[in-house]
Amino acid sequence: MSVIRTPEQELARFRGRLAVAGAVALVCFGLLAARFFYLQVLRYDYYSTRAEDNRISLVPIVPNRGLIMDRNGTVLARNYSAYTLEITPSRVADLEATIEALSALVDIQPKDRKRLKKLMDESKSFESLPIRNRLSDEEVARFIAQRYRFPGVELKARLFRDYPMGSFGSHIIGYIGRINDRDLERIEENEDSANYRGTDHIGKAGLEKSYERELHGLTGFEEVEVDSGGRAVRALRRTPATPGNNLVLTIDLKLQEVVEKAFGNRRGALVAIEPGSGGVLALVSLPTFDPNLFVDGIAPQDWDELNTSPDHPMVNRALNGAYPPGSTFKPFMALAALMSGKRTAGQAISDPGFFDFGGHHFRDDKAGGHGTVDMYKSIVQSCDTYYYRLANDMGIDLIASTMGMFGFGSRTGIDIEGESSGVLPSPEWKKRRFKKPEQQKWFGGETISIGIGQGYNAYTMLQLAHATATVAAGGVMFKPHLVKYIESAKDGSRRMIEPQPIKTIPIKPEHLETIRRGMIGVNREGTGARAFAGAPYVSAGKTGTAQVYSLKGAKYSAKIAERLRDHALFIAFAPADKPTIALAVLVENGGFGAQSAAPIARQVLDYYLLGKLPAGVAPEDPGAEGSAEESTGD
Amino acid sequence: MTNSRFDPRRWVAYILAPLDGPLMLIVLGILGFATVVMVSASPERLGTLGLNVAVAFVVMWVAASLPPQRMMSIALPLYILGVLLLVGVALFGDVSKGARRWLNIGVARIQPSELLKIAMPLMLAWYFQCREGMLRVRDFFVAAGLLLVPVGLIAKQPDLGTAVLVAAAGFYVLFFAGLAWRLILPFAVIGVVAIVTIVAMGDTICQPGVEWPGMREYQKHRVCTLLDPTSDPLGKGFHIIQSTIAIGSGGILGKGWGSGTQTHLDFLPERHTDFIFAVLTEEFGLVGALFLVLMYILLIFRGLFIAAGAPTLFSRLLAGALTLIFFTYAFVNMGMVSGILPVVGVPLPFVSYGGTALVTLCLGVGMLMSIQRHRRRVGT
Repeated sequence: MSVIRTPEQELARFRGRLAVAGAVALVCFGLLAARFFYLQVLRYDYYSTRAEDNRISLVPIVPNRGLIMDRNGTVLARNYSAYTLEITPSRVADLEATIEALSALVDIQPKDRKRLKKLMDESKSFESLPIRNRLSDEEVARFIAQRYRFPGVELKARLFRDYPMGSFGSHIIGYIGRINDRDLERIEENEDSANYRGTDHIGKAGLEKSYERELHGLTGFEEVEVDSGGRAVRALRRTPATPGNNLVLTIDLKLQEVVEKAFGNRRGALVAIEPGSGGVLALVSLPTFDPNLFVDGIAPQDWDELNTSPDHPMVNRALNGAYPPGSTFKPFMALAALMSGKRTAGQAISDPGFFDFGGHHFRDDKAGGHGTVDMYKSIVQSCDTYYYRLANDMGIDLIASTMGMFGFGSRTGIDIEGESSGVLPSPEWKKRRFKKPEQQKWFGGETISIGIGQGYNAYTMLQLAHATATVAAGGVMFKPHLVKYIESAKDGSRRMIEPQPIKTIPIKPEHLETIRRGMIGVNREGTGARAFAGAPYVSAGKTGTAQVYSLKGAKYSAKIAERLRDHALFIAFAPADKPTIALAVLVENGGFGAQSAAPIARQVLDYYLLGKLPAGVAPEDPGAEGSAEESTGD
Repeated sequence: MTNSRFDPRRWVAYILAPLDGPLMLIVLGILGFATVVMVSASPERLGTLGLNVAVAFVVMWVAASLPPQRMMSIALPLYILGVLLLVGVALFGDVSKGARRWLNIGVARIQPSELLKIAMPLMLAWYFQCREGMLRVRDFFVAAGLLLVPVGLIAKQPDLGTAVLVAAAGFYVLFFAGLAWRLILPFAVIGVVAIVTIVAMGDTICQPGVEWPGMREYQKHRVCTLLDPTSDPLGKGFHIIQSTIAIGSGGILGKGWGSGTQTHLDFLPERHTDFIFAVLTEEFGLVGALFLVLMYILLIFRGLFIAAGAPTLFSRLLAGALTLIFFTYAFVNMGMVSGILPVVGVPLPFVSYGGTALVTLCLGVGMLMSIQRHRRRVGT
């Protein structure tokens, strides 16, 4: 349609539209005027009263934070109620004098004053701020007797967080701490500010952080009429808070304890996963720390101690520590060889005890070699030469792509933060990793040591356990998770975290069977046989030793030498025919995997499959009393 | 000719020549009132306010001195620049409070969406001028395209308030250019029906867990808070509750200058910027509010009068659109402060404190003045 109008018609229409616009504007302004009339004349009494007594103050009701429990109901994180003394700065005439007078009744440290000052800078003057937390009963009594002297100072019951198990499982649970500026920014970004009024703690690490939304709950509020001194006279309206949800974990705390005891004072990590679901049964990183230290702001001295320790207790080794897998890599290499058709199970090589490549002599552990080696023997005896040659035949690209399928070199997606992706070496990785062109080139010789889990290989124990669990589950990969279900604190209803199959790796059953047989052989007649002697169940395993430093004949002092010793590793799953547990364990500077890592795995399997407790672990559930008196204070 | 002696009378005449008397008086009237309110709300900002006004007046004078033909020649480059800057924001912009709105150009951070508030009507008016006499329905689609590109970019930042304002500015040009009623009315009807539905069913659809198609959670939240501010008295509802209390408690004559309790006891949020209208009504009451509304009505009718007398299509469309932008600002701001529109960041024209907005508004007034001054000459 194209209507050609005369300029006069155009102008007339334009002026008509101007009139419409003017009319709409008048109507809209009329609407506004009507609204003003309504607010300022008809509702004047109501609003002037509201303005008059803006003395009605709105008090947020902080929800109880959800509890964290292990799969058997042992409480790992709970709340308890304690008194805290709070000041509303705008209601206090002379703040300094008031605090001075208060300090005669309750113990007020310089650090308490510092904290109040900091809080005042961050908040509005009519907010009530804590000057002292966790008052003793005597202090409470002394203050109540004298409270008439302190308008604007109030005694409040608050909930504090407590981790009854102390350092057990602290890398999983994490901790909460005071909300700082960074947390505030995040809260504002999520448009959550209203829900965090009155809340002064937030999850900082571990599950406390990653499940903050579940644990926190919904803040309620209460309209309170207050007298001139700022004290509540009566409540007008109350919307109760909805408590945070409880987390029930897949973790078995008892198992966790067995592991931590089995390590003794050695450093290391262990991850145990249920192959058919991805549920994490134990996730240990040692040494560990006491999360209770963080709840009210960690003291500088404790913080320094944790941070400067050469043992790095704050590092979650299971998630964040990437180590070369050593020979635990071999079953996966063997599987990759079968899958790609580069080897058959029966194909044998003759091992002279070394493999030559490009003028370099790659030696086997056993001088003189293992003789004729097929795939079974290569796993059972951990024959290096077999895998040197295999790696060379497969080539780095095929190795990288097949190992990538098992999850090596990528984050597993577990439900806590801080996971490292490790290093799955490939020519592309090298190009990204190094800046200088001469360092970016991939050399054929580098492929050889990849085959035995050394070289650039570096994976987390979580990845290794994850890959082992995937093989144990016949190639079905589940997303590892620590939370079994989320329990509503309101009505007790449960939201299960369903096992999430990520993918199914296409592996022929006969190939899986070959690997399974090889790994059973390890524990029956191979490198794991000593540790598993007499076990009433059939288990599959593989030892590993990861080089920390190439000694090259130099000598070190005893102290340094301990830190330069090889890491010991072990992977296992059991029962071999229908696995219910798969694990990976690493003992830092533990030497041979067979010596120090395999016995830990044995204790874990003995406990998990037979309920057998190693010496030194108390048989009764240490959390039983804790769960009985969990706090529900308000 | 050779008389170069300084003559104050000629100087004043030179300065006053481009300015339109009635518009100037209205703007000065509003600004005067605003200053009085500002002395009460936030006296420490008076110095900067003076500086802002000075800069804005210079901009207004320069715009008033430019003939509309010159404005036409910059329409396209200004629009292109604006869109490029918006693309720049999308690619390299600084993120602040979850939105990507600012572009750091080394010397300063600029907010290109502000530029579009003027560039948009300018561009569309120019386009319709080019197509004058051979206008087809197709041209409205082209214009809608020109409108939607920057609006989409701004909405993606996300800055819904500015996106709506820029979209409105463009729509006004289309409206005055003769967009068929049968294209406008269905949307108007749908809008009215939607608003009535939301208001009527507010209780049901504001339940947590109910998702609104095409809207984010926070946008739903804003609408729901408007319907029932008490549902969220600690968060978003706080602003609306406190500003309605301020307005309502002002009564007919107000509590008097400097005696607004809501204002001075810290209950009013953003009292010198978006919520300054609440200060004004608390202290000057219904009388003050109606006075301000009257000033805006005068401003708008003067603008519409100028549009009616404008000689070219370009200047008609531009004048009409600019005038309705003033109306939109004023209506949306007063509507949100008094609790009948959702809270979007729209300043009250010539009253809210804020340099960029004042300069933009005065630029618009200057353009209106220029159109009025050049009404007898026939362009193009």
